[in-house]
Amino acid sequence: MSDINKIPPTQPQFSATFDPYTLSEIRRAAATGIYDIRGAGTKRKLPHFDDLLFLGASVSRYPLEGYREKCGTDVVLGTRFAKKPIHLKTPVTIAGMSFGALSANAKEALGRGASIVGTSTTTGDGGMTPEERGQSKTLVYQYLPSRYGMNPDDLRKADAIEVVIGQGAKPGGGGMLLGQKISERVAKMRCLPEGIDQRSACRHPDWTGPDDLEIKILELREITDWEKPIYVKIGATRPYYDVALAVKAGADVVVLDGMQGGTAATQEVFIEHVGIPILAAIRPAVQALQDLGMHRKVQLIVSGGIRNGADVAKALALGADAVAIGTAALVALGDNDPSLEDEYRKLGSTAGAYDDWQDGKDPAGITTQDPELAKRLDPVKAGRRLANYVSVMTMEAQVIARACGKSHLHNLEPEDLVALTLESAAMARVPLAGTTWIPGNPL
Amino acid sequence: MCGIVGLLVKNPALRDQLGQLMVPMLIGMTERGPDSAGLAVFTDPLPQGRRKVSVFAGYVQNGDRYDWSELVSELNRDLKAKAEVEAKGNHGIVSFAIEPQRVRDWIMRYEPLLKIFSTGRSIDLYKDVGTPAEVAERYGFASFRGTHLVGHTRMATESAVTPDRAHPFTAGEDFCLVHNGSLSNPHAIRRMLAPHGIAFDTDNDTEAATRFLEWRLREGDTLQEALQKGFEVLDGFYTFLMGTPTELALIRDPFACKPAVVAECDDYVAIASEFRSLAHLPGVNHAHVFEPAPEEMYVWKV
Amino acid sequence: MESLKFDLAVTPLREVNQFLHSEAPAKPGLQVTIENPNGAHAIAAGLNAPIDVTIDGHAGYYAAGMNQLANVTITGSAGTGVAENMMSGKVHVKGFASNAAGATAHGGLLVIDGDAGLRCGISLKGADIVVGGSVGSFSAFMAQAGNLVILGDAGEALGDSLYEARIFVRGKVASLGADCEEKPMGDAERAILADLLKRAGHDDVDPASFTLYGSARTLYNFHVDNAGAY
Repeated sequence: MSDINKIPPTQPQFSATFDPYTLSEIRRAAATGIYDIRGAGTKRKLPHFDDLLFLGASVSRYPLEGYREKCGTDVVLGTRFAKKPIHLKTPVTIAGMSFGALSANAKEALGRGASIVGTSTTTGDGGMTPEERGQSKTLVYQYLPSRYGMNPDDLRKADAIEVVIGQGAKPGGGGMLLGQKISERVAKMRCLPEGIDQRSACRHPDWTGPDDLEIKILELREITDWEKPIYVKIGATRPYYDVALAVKAGADVVVLDGMQGGTAATQEVFIEHVGIPILAAIRPAVQALQDLGMHRKVQLIVSGGIRNGADVAKALALGADAVAIGTAALVALGDNDPSLEDEYRKLGSTAGAYDDWQDGKDPAGITTQDPELAKRLDPVKAGRRLANYVSVMTMEAQVIARACGKSHLHNLEPEDLVALTLESAAMARVPLAGTTWIPGNPL
Repeated sequence: MCGIVGLLVKNPALRDQLGQLMVPMLIGMTERGPDSAGLAVFTDPLPQGRRKVSVFAGYVQNGDRYDWSELVSELNRDLKAKAEVEAKGNHGIVSFAIEPQRVRDWIMRYEPLLKIFSTGRSIDLYKDVGTPAEVAERYGFASFRGTHLVGHTRMATESAVTPDRAHPFTAGEDFCLVHNGSLSNPHAIRRMLAPHGIAFDTDNDTEAATRFLEWRLREGDTLQEALQKGFEVLDGFYTFLMGTPTELALIRDPFACKPAVVAECDDYVAIASEFRSLAHLPGVNHAHVFEPAPEEMYVWKV
Repeated sequence: MESLKFDLAVTPLREVNQFLHSEAPAKPGLQVTIENPNGAHAIAAGLNAPIDVTIDGHAGYYAAGMNQLANVTITGSAGTGVAENMMSGKVHVKGFASNAAGATAHGGLLVIDGDAGLRCGISLKGADIVVGGSVGSFSAFMAQAGNLVILGDAGEALGDSLYEARIFVRGKVASLGADCEEKPMGDAERAILADLLKRAGHDDVDPASFTLYGSARTLYNFHVDNAGAY
C-alpha cells in the first residue's frame, strides 16, 4: 500500500555534459594514458542531406516517364588536361581505402563490385595490390604523404592518380595503423618492420603549399606522359580556398571529403572535432569552381556520409559531378552485419556500432589482416552485393531526377531543392521550404 | 603562396638595367604566382625634407586615365605641398615637401577610392592583378632604374585577388616586405598591434607580418632584433624578402618550407624562389649559387 | 655508344621526357646530354631504362624523380626532391641539392657532392644516399630503410622517428631527433659504409671516422611514458 505522504525519492539523473559516454572516456583515458583510437567516421548528429527535399515536377514543369524516358547517369572525369579521361557509367565511385586497413579479399570485392557497375575504385595508403588492379576495370592510385608502397610502375598502371592532401575524418592529420595490422605482407609493402605501430606523416615529404603542388602535379604528368587524370583530395575545412588552390595548382578533378568520411584509424578527438560536414562544404567548393570559370571543367567528387540515391541526387544538385562512398561500401560488403552480433558482443561492441577497425579483429573479415578472419569474406559474393547496392543508388538518383524532369543526373540544380531546417538552408544555400528565404541573403 | 624575387646591383653601371634584369625574374615566377604581381624599386633618395607616396587609382572609375595633375594642383592649393607627380596610368608617384601624414590624410579625403601603397624618400611601389608579364608591361618595369628591387608574384590563399592585397606590403617609410608561405596566427598579431594604434589596410596575413616588423623597427630595434622577435612571434611558414633604402634582407622559417635560392657575384646579388628565375642573369653560371639556411638572417647592402 | 643532345632552350621538356620514356628503353647504354636546364622541373623524371643522362647545369624540382635503372648526372645544383622515390639506378648531383633530396627513395644510389638541404632522405625506404657536404635539419625523418651517409655535419633533429634506416655521420650532429641514438658500428655496418664511400667516389675517406646512428625503437609500440615524443 502506497503512502501518499511519503517523500518521493529523487530520480538519479545523468549530466548532459558528463553523460555516460563521456564518463567512460575519462576513465578509459585515466587508465591507459593514450587517446582513443578508432576507425570509421564521426558519430555525432550533423546537418545532412536528409534536411533537404526535392521539388518534383507538377504543373509548372513536366516529369519524365520513369521506365521509358532516358535519364543519363554517366560521368567523365579528368577532361581538363589528361589525354585519357575516365568514363564511368554511374556517378557513384568507391573512395580510397588501403590494403592494410582492409583485407586483400575486401579490396578484391570492392574492385569486382565497382567493375560490374562501371565505376572506379581507389587504392589507399600502402600501395597497389595485384588483386585490386586485376579486379578493377578503373583504378585510381592514391599518392599519399607517407608514400608507403609508392612505385612508378604502379603509377603507370593506374587509370588516374589521386594526390591526397587530407581526408574528411582527419584533415591536417596523418594516418595511423597499429601493430596488430602490420602483417608480414603489409610490412613488406610499406618497408616497415612487422608488428610495429605505423605512424603516417601528415604532410607530403617533398612539397608544401599550392605553388609547390603545381610542380608536383607537373612531375606526375611528366612521368605518366600527360595521359592520366590527376585528382587532388582534400578534407573539408576551408573548401572555398582549398578547391580554388587545387584548381590553380593544375588538378583535373577535386575530391572533397566531408567530416562524415571514414578512416581506418585515427584519434577519436580528431574524427569528432576537426572538419566540417559535407553539406556545408559543397556550395563553397562549387562557388570556387564557378568563380574561376572551372565548374564542370574541373570535376568535383564529394564524399562523407553518402548512403542512398537521394544523397547522390542532392550532392549532384548542389553542384558535384560525382560522389564517393567508403563506409557504405563496406556495409554493402558485409561490415557490421547483424548476423555477426554474437561476435561483435565478444569484442565489446554491437552490430552497427563496431568501429575498432585498428585492432584487426573484424569478424566480417573486412578490416583485418588475420588470414582466418579474412577468409570469411567471399570476394565474389561481396562484390555482387556492392554492385547491387551501387545500382540501387544510381536508380534511386534517376527516380528523383526524372521526377524533376531531368534527362541527366547532372541537370539537377540547387533550385530543385528546399531545406527543412535553418541550418541546412544556410549551409546548402537553398530556401527554407515554403519560403523564398535563404539565410544570409537579403529578403 | 607565391614567387619572390629580389635584385641588388653592386656595380653602379648596372643601375640603368635594373628593371630590364628584373622583368624575366618576375616572369619566371608566373606559375608560382599567376594572380597578381608587384615590385618595389629603391631609387636615389629624394632631398632631405621631401617625401613621395605611390598612389593607386585602379579602384577609381577610369583610373587608367586618372587626372593626376588635377590631384597635384588641388594638393598644392590646399596644403602648399610643393607636390609633383610622375604617373604611369593608374599609378602615380606623388612627391612633396610637407609631413607625409598630412598628404596621406588629404588624399584619402580628396578621393577615398585611392590607395596609398608606399611612403618614403626612396621607395616606389607598383602592384596590380594580372600575370607578372601583364603587370610588368602595364607599368614598364623594364625601364626602372635604381639600386635594388623587391618583387613578388602571388597565388592567393585566403585573401581575395585584388590590387591592394598583392605584394609587396609596406609599413612606415621606405620599408617593404614580400612573403611566400602562409602565417597561422595573423589575426592574433593584428589584435596585438591594434592597441598600439596600428591600422591595417587589408585582411592579408603578410600585412600583419609587415606591420609587426616595421613596428619593432620604429620602437628602436635593429633589423636583426626585429627579425629575431619575428621568429618568436610569427607562426606558420614563410620566406620573407625585405627592402630598406640601403639593404635587402631575407629570412626563412625554421622548417624552410618555402624555397629560396641566391646567386651572388661581383656585379649583383639576386634572390628568387627558384633558380629558373635567375637563369637568364649575365654570368650566373659563374656566380656563387646557394640556398639560404632556415632561421638565418641574410642582409645585403647597397 | 650512341649519344644525343637536347637543348631545353629549344626543345620542350615534354618532348625530351617522352623520348626518354618511349625510345630510350630500346637503346640501352644510350648517352643523353640535356643542355640549358636553367632550373626547369621534372627533368629526366620517370626514366625506366639503363641509359646515361647528363643534365648540364642547374636543375629545378624533382630532377630524376622516381628513377629506375638510369644513371643521371647533374653537373650543377638540384632543386627540391631530387631523385625522390628513386627505385634503382644512380643519380649524381655535382653541386648542392635542395630540400628533401632522395625523399622516400626505395632503391638505387643518390650521390650529392655538395651540401643537401633540410629533410634529406625523409621517409627513406631502402635507397642509399651519400652527401659529400652537410645536411640540413630533419634529415632522415621517419626513414624506414636504407643508408644515409653524411661526410659533413647534420642539422637539428637528425633521424627523428627513425625506423630501420642507418645514418653515418663524419662531422657534428646539431641534435638527434626523437628515438634516434648512437649505435656501435660493427663489421657489417663498416662494410656497408666502405662500399658506399667507394661507389660515391670517396675512396680516400676512412669509414672509422664516422659515427653510426639508428633507431632506439622506443616508439615502435605506443607507451604512455613516450607520449611526449609523438
